[in-house]
Parts: sequence; C-alpha cells; structure tokens
Amino acid sequence: MKLMKTILAGAALAVGFSGAALADDPVKVGFVYVGPVGDGGWTYYHDLGRIAVEEAYGDKVETTFVESVPEGADAERVMTQMALSGHKLIFTTSFGYMDPTINVAKKFPNVKFEHATGYKTAPNVSTYSARFYEGRAITGTIAGHMTKTNKIGYIASFPIPEVIRGINSSFLHAKRVNPDVEMKVIWAYTWFDPGKEADATSALLDQGVDVILAHTDSTAPLAKLAEAGGYGFGQAADMIQYAPAPRLSSIIDDWAPYYIARVGAVMDGSWESVSTWHGIPEGMVAIGEFSEVIPEDVRNQVQEMKDGIAAGTYHPFTGPINKQDGSAWLADGEIADDGTLAGMNFYIEGIVGDIPN
Amino acid sequence: MDFSALNPVALMVTLMVAATPIMLAALGELVVEKSGVLNLGVEGMMIFGAICGFAVSVDTGSVWLGIIAAMIGGTLLSLTFGFLTQYLLSNQVASGLALTLFGLGLAALVGQSYTGIKPPSFPKLDIPFISDLPVIGPILFSHDFIVYFSFIILGGVWYFLNYTRGGLILRAVGESHDAAHALGYKVVRVRLMAIAFGGACAGLGGAYVSLIRVPQWTEGMTAGAGWIALAIVVFASWKPLRVLLGAWLFGGITILQLNLQALGVEIDVAYLSMAPYLVTIIVLVIMSADSKRASLNAPASLGKAFHASS
Repeated sequence: MKLMKTILAGAALAVGFSGAALADDPVKVGFVYVGPVGDGGWTYYHDLGRIAVEEAYGDKVETTFVESVPEGADAERVMTQMALSGHKLIFTTSFGYMDPTINVAKKFPNVKFEHATGYKTAPNVSTYSARFYEGRAITGTIAGHMTKTNKIGYIASFPIPEVIRGINSSFLHAKRVNPDVEMKVIWAYTWFDPGKEADATSALLDQGVDVILAHTDSTAPLAKLAEAGGYGFGQAADMIQYAPAPRLSSIIDDWAPYYIARVGAVMDGSWESVSTWHGIPEGMVAIGEFSEVIPEDVRNQVQEMKDGIAAGTYHPFTGPINKQDGSAWLADGEIADDGTLAGMNFYIEGIVGDIPN
Repeated sequence: MDFSALNPVALMVTLMVAATPIMLAALGELVVEKSGVLNLGVEGMMIFGAICGFAVSVDTGSVWLGIIAAMIGGTLLSLTFGFLTQYLLSNQVASGLALTLFGLGLAALVGQSYTGIKPPSFPKLDIPFISDLPVIGPILFSHDFIVYFSFIILGGVWYFLNYTRGGLILRAVGESHDAAHALGYKVVRVRLMAIAFGGACAGLGGAYVSLIRVPQWTEGMTAGAGWIALAIVVFASWKPLRVLLGAWLFGGITILQLNLQALGVEIDVAYLSMAPYLVTIIVLVIMSADSKRASLNAPASLGKAFHASS
C-alpha cells in the first residue's frame, strides 16, 4: 500500500514539477502536508496559512503543496523534488517529517526549511510549534466539569512529547476541578484515519467515557459523538459545525501570521534559523467559542484561565505536580521550564497506563 | 488485568461494523480477480462510492438512494478501468493505480461542499423482542441493513462461483482466457461484468464508511481500506468464505486493540496492528511454496491482457 502511494506520489510530483516556472521572479514556497487539505482539522489550517501567504504577497510569491505525504522516507523524496524545482522555503508540517527535513536540508544549503512541532534545527532549518497544551488546559477544565461518569477519554496519535504534554495538561486541569475524574487514553498510531478515529471514539464510549479529547486530525470523533452522544472538542480547527453539541469548544491553530512573517523574511533576506514556540498570548493558539451547553460559571472560569494565560499570569504547568510514579516534578508554585516541556516523556500523577515506546 | 469490563457483545458488534466495508470491497475484488483481472483501483472506487452515497443521501434525504448512487458511482468508475484494460488493452496494474488516484481526486472535488454535514441516519433492524434478546439480539438482529446485505453478497458470490454455470464460465475466463475464448465465451464481456460488480461492491463499501461507520464526509476518509481489501483477497486465497475470516481478522484486530487500550490493558499496539499483514505474507509464502495449491487458487490468467487475435 505504502509502496503504491509512494510510486504514485513520485510520479505525480515528476509530472507536477517538470513544467515548473522559470525560477526568477516570484519566491516559491512549498508546503508538505500529512493529510488531505480537506481534513477539516490540522492540514486544513496549515493550508489556510498558505492561502494567507498568497493573499499577503500576491504575485511576489508562488506557493505549492503536496498533501497526504506519508511520514518517513517518502517525505524525503517530496522535499527533494520541491528543493530541486526552485522552492526557496519549504514548510514541513508534521512531527514525523523531522529527520527527512534535516536530511534534505543538508543537501540543499540554499533552501530554507521550516519544520513544525519538531526539535531538530540546522543553519537552514527552523522549527516552529504552538503551545497546544495551553488550549488543553482549557478543554481539560471543561471536560472535568462536563463529565457525568467521571471518565474522560483521549484519542492520542503518536507517543511524542507534543501529545504527552496534551494528555498531561488535559488531565491535570480536569482533575483540579473534578478530583474523581479518570482518563482513558487510546493510541491510534495515525494522524488521519477517520474510520479508526470513529472506532476509537466508540471504544471509549463503550467503556463509559462521556467526554472525549482528540489529538488526531479529522472531525470523525465529533461526527461519531454527534451520533452516539457525549461531548468533544474541535482539534486544530474550530469545527464549529458540531456546535453547540457535541463540540464544546476548540483549540485552533492559527499559522497564518507566522507563515507570512517567515516568507517575508526569506524575501528580504533576514531569514535565520529559529525555534519558535508560540501560544495563546501570541495568537498562534486560539480558543473556539464556548458552547452554551457549558454552564455559565464554568464558561466564566475557563475564560478567566484563558485571559490569565494570555496575560502571562498563569502557566498551565504550575506546581505542585508529581510524576506518575509519585516522585515530585514541580514544587508548589514552580513553573515548568520549556526544555522539560519540549522533551516531555512522562505522565503526571493519576494517569493510568504506560506511554508506549 | 481486568477483562471483565470488556464487553464481548459490544466488541462483536463494533467488529462487524469495522469489517463490513473491507469485506464488501474484498468480495467485489475477488470476483474481479477470479475473472483474471487485477484491479488495484479499489481504494479509488471506495472513496468515490463514499462521496456519491454521502452527497445523494444529504441532497435527497434518503439513505437508500445514497446507497444506490454509491454503487452506481463505483460501477461507473470501474467501467472506465474496464474500458482501458479490456478494449484498449492497457496495463492493468498501471490503470488500477491511476484509478485510485483519479478516484481520490474526483471524490475530493465532488465532496468540497459536503464537509461538516451530518448525513441522514441509517435505520437499524429492530424486531420487537428478538432484537432485545441478550447476546444474540445485538449481534444478530440489530444491525443496519448493509451488514445483512453484505452477508447475502458473501453467500451469493460463494454459491455463484461454485455452483452455477455462470460462475464456472467466469472462472474459466480467469484461468485461461484463450481456452474460454476457443469455447466461444465472451471473455471481454464476462470480465467487464465482473469489473462492474467489483466497482459496485467497492462503492457500497465506501458508502458504508461515510454513511454509517463514521458518519461524515472527509477527504481521503477511506484511508487505505481499499488496499486492505486487496490484501484480504490474497489472504483468503481467492475463496469467498475466507474473505469473511480475513475481514474479521483485519477489522477485528483494529477494534480489539482500541478496546484493549480503552480498558487500560498493556499491549504493544504496533505488533498487534502488524499481525494481519504478517499473516498475509505467511499465506503468500505457504501458497508459493506449494505450487499445486497455488495453481488451484490464484487465477492463472490474473493480470494478463486478452485480445481475440492473440
């Protein structure tokens, strides 16, 4: 299956880029997407960012994208093709593109690369990510309030720090408002597979879970919840079409300002390798409207939390917090440092189960 | 480990839902391959069926029309493949791959205005008393119509291939198109009918994903189910009843591992997910090791182009 897709992707690329424009005028910017642009979630919002770049610079820029590129070696070929066909800046928008991005970047020192959610940089590779855990603090708080069975579920994608941070932040905040809450985590091992995401939702519902947080890219969990009952949240996109229920709120990734700034930097020659990690204060993470299904006092509470995060007065990982084994992580009032957060590979106290390797 | 919370009945019910689309697509492909044609476009026909079924259901409010549209959509797409491979004698592997690409793109195009819409809900069998029986009620008597229909197709394909004259002709065409042609059978016509049947089944399987399993439309939502269907045909060594086993194995392992995780059971998901593919490879190795058995099962003319002059 993978091989077929690979051959196809390669063939499509060869055809797509062979007629590439004479390099000169517009700056060519490429985007590598892990899912289809119509996923309604993660990739959809990256593509909105791409469109914003086109609108901002008009005919001074030319953007291209390749969607549904598998993570791993296949991605390398796509990036290589982009670099060969005159792209000056390439955004690779999934964690699994990390090593492929670094490998290809080595071969094309004059092409700039921007890798989303990773941690490896090079002179021509920047990383950028959003502090999704800030949003998870808010959705976790809502989940803690809204669950009647005291069981919340988390559809996790891959065991990487970004996802583990999200699980910890959700659980921490749900537990603070509801000490009896339990969390069940399912690892789907995919970013995008609506059928599997729906099946995972069913499996959680069968276990008595009634509020589900998803870390996958499609709207399938919400569609399943709309049919079967229970609450969920928009993930990576607003998913407002499922409001007021089952969608209670959402974590929205707004990549557009960053993309516009970085493309601008390539145009005026000021591009440098940076590691950007923005959140609610900078606007890279936005919180979708709170559904009227949520009681008003809860809405006020999470609004206050959101304002606190935006103002820099509240950090979601503020002690006291213990690790899963009961050992102390953060003392009372202590705030987690970015280094630990970026490489987070442990659960906090109260979460049942192990992180898969 | 506490397995008591694992509800075998609920598990069985979700397993059947997960297995239905791949079983339908695999049954269709089995008939196609039995006629000697390798159509790798299952994924494309599935996704096109998914959007046809979804769009028509939403626009007309009738899931039944949606189901019919899905089958027609799958058939039309498969017939483009049929035209290319049977009349223009183009390479079946390349045409099938192209069909997948084309189907994915076409479905995305058609589906642009259908994201985020809830389709009309699908009626489920509800016989008073019988559907409420413990255990067998939920497993046997409370599914949606398509699940039962898929079993009818399974039985029908099995009976057709083994016990009817038409099935014999189809297999003859798949084993040796020259011999079948010499006997006066219309090789191309038989193959086109098989291809059309495969398209209808794949379309139906796709609609099952978009109308019942998820239910919503998202681009690329079949996410490789068509390729799994192709693997199941090989796994089943071209025998219809084994397709059921294969579909339940492939679908069941996904469901089982998700449920075990929800229970908090410590398992290595990666190995479990790998299992059906490993079994397929083992089946292939066993088959190729025993040349007699291979020649009994794999259609001898599979993937070969036929022209009356040759």
